[in-house]
Amino acid sequence: MDKHVLLVEDEVNIIEAMRFLLTRDGWKVGTHSDGATAVSAIRDARPDLVVLDYMLPGKSGIEILTELRALPDFAGLPVLMLTARGQSRDRDLAERAGVNRFMTKPFSNAEVLNAVRDLVRA
Amino acid sequence: MMNRDSLTGSRIRERRVIAGLKQADLAQQAGISASYLNLIEHNRRRIGGKLLLNIAHVLGVEPSALTEGAEAALIAALREAANDGGLGVAEVERVEEFAGRFPGWAEVLAGAHRRVLSLERTVETLSDRLTHDPQLATSMHEVLSTAAAIRSTASILADDTSISPDWQARFHANIDQDSRRLADSAKALVTYLDANPQETAHVSPQEEVDVFLEAHGHNFEGLEAGTQTVDAVLARAPQLVSVAAQHLARQVLGQIEADARAVSRAVLSEAIKHIGIDPVALAQEFGVSVARILRRLAAQPGTPRGLVVCDRAGSLVFRRPVEGFSIPRFGACCPLWPLFQVLQHPGQVLRERVQQQGRNVASFDCFAVAEPVGPAQYNAPPLVHATMLILPVNAPDHGQNAGRPVGATCRICPREACAGRREPSILSAGF
Repeated sequence: MDKHVLLVEDEVNIIEAMRFLLTRDGWKVGTHSDGATAVSAIRDARPDLVVLDYMLPGKSGIEILTELRALPDFAGLPVLMLTARGQSRDRDLAERAGVNRFMTKPFSNAEVLNAVRDLVRA
Repeated sequence: MMNRDSLTGSRIRERRVIAGLKQADLAQQAGISASYLNLIEHNRRRIGGKLLLNIAHVLGVEPSALTEGAEAALIAALREAANDGGLGVAEVERVEEFAGRFPGWAEVLAGAHRRVLSLERTVETLSDRLTHDPQLATSMHEVLSTAAAIRSTASILADDTSISPDWQARFHANIDQDSRRLADSAKALVTYLDANPQETAHVSPQEEVDVFLEAHGHNFEGLEAGTQTVDAVLARAPQLVSVAAQHLARQVLGQIEADARAVSRAVLSEAIKHIGIDPVALAQEFGVSVARILRRLAAQPGTPRGLVVCDRAGSLVFRRPVEGFSIPRFGACCPLWPLFQVLQHPGQVLRERVQQQGRNVASFDCFAVAEPVGPAQYNAPPLVHATMLILPVNAPDHGQNAGRPVGATCRICPREACAGRREPSILSAGF
């Protein structure tokens, strides 16, 4: 069965490119664009991995991740965070919130694919 | 420990050597014997008056450079450098001897320390700006996200030649759309950063106003005397580039004009002579609000007093800095300031001594009050502004109340175990 990735991102063209890339790599891809409802979307979808943007409308990626980690069923869910904020303190905040991998924009497709494969394999 | 006064001779010797003069030459030109100069240079004879002036003239230095007065600032700077460097007490006690024997090196060390402090402040400012300037953060996010979309899409097209024509057309359209967006975002970002080419660090409206007020030393004689209008002041304000800044400045100047009309500096000065710095009593004396008195006290010339005003959301809408009390330019201030306590109790006047922690620990007496602003409305909570006057306190003696510890903003506050901490301090991360 295909592994399921949920892409939580509000940039339409990033969603399109990522969905194409991951689908071609054999993943089943779901998308969600609203930060405020992202946690419930993740709970409903129960993906194998979440690709999460740092800055989202309604709620930040850090807040979403923090809420997610407080849920026993999702404490170990692999999360790859994509962000335009590359400062060390942003990385620190993400790591404290429980991110598995942190990647700054603009990233390469190969980096994303490798990270997704690594995280699900682990 | 050697006395500073006793080192004048050492400094004369150092300056003579630097000037390349022999002891006999300097003595002759100063009109004294070489043996007497020798005694002076070994700090065995006190020197002052005309002889000191003569020697300074021959050496081509200011007399004060040879006496303790000129050393005071240098000694203080060296002490600060020694404390920051964690030098032992025994070494610190020899600071005056060091400055006396090696004035050149001492100047270099003090200058380097001043430079370090200045660079640290720059780092703090830039770090705060990147973190807290919402417009800059949003612009950067827009540029980088669009670049990410273009890079990812272009890579798909370049790496995979078997993509269907439909997908190819779709991705080409996306790249076209994103490249336009990127051009617009980059242009907007450059415009934002270039808003004031002379002062690129001051680009938010509030910063423009701060720069404008600082350029005037927070002193508007024409408004105080009623001989100038707000419009006339604004007409000569090159610092106010944006419309938003001009709007903010108009509010500030209008307030100064109204305050001055209600309580002039002269009458306030007279009242202080018999009432003292008692904002509540002064407000009763003039029949005005306590907040107005706090603003007028800050505007009195000749006395360094700081003032901050925040709205009900806690955002600073006015800042008049005073030396030693750090007021962040971006982001939230320390929630422990009395300014924020009074927001919960409009009308209550808080008087409290605080000690601001940071690189330089200093005590201040603060008066704070929150008062409604704007017209009254039915069934609506009033908008409130809190005002805090900040009066520096000369170093309190041991046993005196140094004040409740507060910070400036979490990012530059060393108080790790503070319940009000919102984020880690960059000071503890190696800065």
